[in-house]
Amino acid sequence: MTLIRHEWSQGWKSFAIWTAAIGFFIVICVLMFPEMEGEMEGVNDMFSSMGAFTAAFGMDRLNFGTLEGFYAVECGNILGIGGAFFAALLGTGILAKEEREGTAEFLLTHPVDRSWVVSQKLWAVMLQILLLNVSVFLMSVCSIALIGEEISWRSFGLLHLACFLVQVELAGICFGISAFLRRSGLGLGLGVAVSLYFLNLVANISEQAEFLKYITPFGYAEGADIIADGSLHVGMVLLGMGFAGVGIGIAYWEYCRKGIA
Amino acid sequence: MEAIEMERLSKYYGRNRGIVDLSLTVHRGEFFGFMGPNGAGKSTTIRTLLGLIKPSGGEARVLGRDIQRHRKQVLSVTGYLPSEAVFYSGMRVRELLKLSARLRQADCSREAQVLCDRLQLDTSRRVEELSFGNRKKVGIVCALQHRPKLLILDEPTSGLDPLMQREFFAILQERNREGVTIFLSSHVLSEIQRNCTRAAIIREGRMIACDSVENLSRTSAKRVSVQGEVCLRNLEGIRDLRETKDSANFLYSGDLGKLLQTLGAGRIRDISIAEPDLEEIFLHYYEEGGVEA
Repeated sequence: MTLIRHEWSQGWKSFAIWTAAIGFFIVICVLMFPEMEGEMEGVNDMFSSMGAFTAAFGMDRLNFGTLEGFYAVECGNILGIGGAFFAALLGTGILAKEEREGTAEFLLTHPVDRSWVVSQKLWAVMLQILLLNVSVFLMSVCSIALIGEEISWRSFGLLHLACFLVQVELAGICFGISAFLRRSGLGLGLGVAVSLYFLNLVANISEQAEFLKYITPFGYAEGADIIADGSLHVGMVLLGMGFAGVGIGIAYWEYCRKGIA
Repeated sequence: MEAIEMERLSKYYGRNRGIVDLSLTVHRGEFFGFMGPNGAGKSTTIRTLLGLIKPSGGEARVLGRDIQRHRKQVLSVTGYLPSEAVFYSGMRVRELLKLSARLRQADCSREAQVLCDRLQLDTSRRVEELSFGNRKKVGIVCALQHRPKLLILDEPTSGLDPLMQREFFAILQERNREGVTIFLSSHVLSEIQRNCTRAAIIREGRMIACDSVENLSRTSAKRVSVQGEVCLRNLEGIRDLRETKDSANFLYSGDLGKLLQTLGAGRIRDISIAEPDLEEIFLHYYEEGGVEA
């Protein structure tokens, strides 16, 4: 618990900013929906006739005129990307920052197992991600209630669950990277998140590239698929969690054997 | 059981030498000095003992426990003061001391209070606002507050003012009298001479001397100062020679008979042959490996 608490006291400000920013934009989008609803027919036509761009964001298969369809795209973009960035930054930073800031020596000359340090830091990351998603979910539910729309709990829950899993996977992969870093890995973390996001766009556009959906976590967080299927693609999710597991395993392996500079 | 035992301990960073075949024993209750020039491997030795880095060869035990297999137990009875302590920014001194205690699963608040009072450390300050010397004090309290059996200090006095240094060494002496073993790595010879019973000197990763401080300070070398003309060319055992047209000043550790013969052959107005001072002896260890001293 000691280190989890310590990580929280070190990171709560950044957590609060990310949560507030993501929550704020989602609430704004939801509040804008009633106003846009009436004009949606034209928008739908426009969005569904932009060729590859339409396909990239799954807008050919979603109906913007319903809150569900609207929310799937907005949520996918705001919580999907924002949350992914948060998870990637948190994951790459959490182990590496001790060495970057020179505090690793302080921490590791206390009677603690390195594996304990890794576990505590992993908990700190996953708890923050969980907390961010729960907070955003609640803000979103409240804002939808505010505009008097009905919530389709299943697709709504699945969308949020998918975003959460994307973040868990990214954090797990970046956690593995973090164990190798001695300097700031912020660029690297963002790079991983952005490239995986673009992989999914490519997979959406080209049928030949569809296998990429199995590589990027955004593959199973595609709003259009989730709403159409009424479920998550279990194979992709399991594979993604497998990637996260490998990342975490590598983090334990490397951090327990490395020399601290 | 010894406090520290190193057996042919080596550490290479790739091809670069850290320490080479270092064998050293520190007895329990000793106040042990560890000296050497910059880059000699002092910190590498300490970091290896603390399990921050893994040795490339050899082994070491601290209070009877292998440093690699029982790292956690070793660290729980050890207090470590790094040469440049870095702490988590944003934390107050008191929070940091508490974190350190919690990581040791101990309540050290009373001892911490005593130490902070003695070192005049304000625990309400934020660590990043502290001066180098005050940060050092935080490090000292972290190293001492859990009452360890072994203290490993890496250049502990840098940044401390003379009064604080005195207080710090007073604390160390008290602990030492209570049976705590102290391993003091330092550049400051007077510090070692005043406090330590034994000392080791390392240079380029290898041990070049390990003896009681008294014996280390003793040497057969003499500081010879001559006014007049003398030809020193055939004399062996001369170091640190400073020569002008009609004077010479050097450290001599060769045969005294030959020295007198050579001096007798010259024309000398004045001469003094004296014990070299301590600084000179240690400089000589640092520079040349100290085989002849």
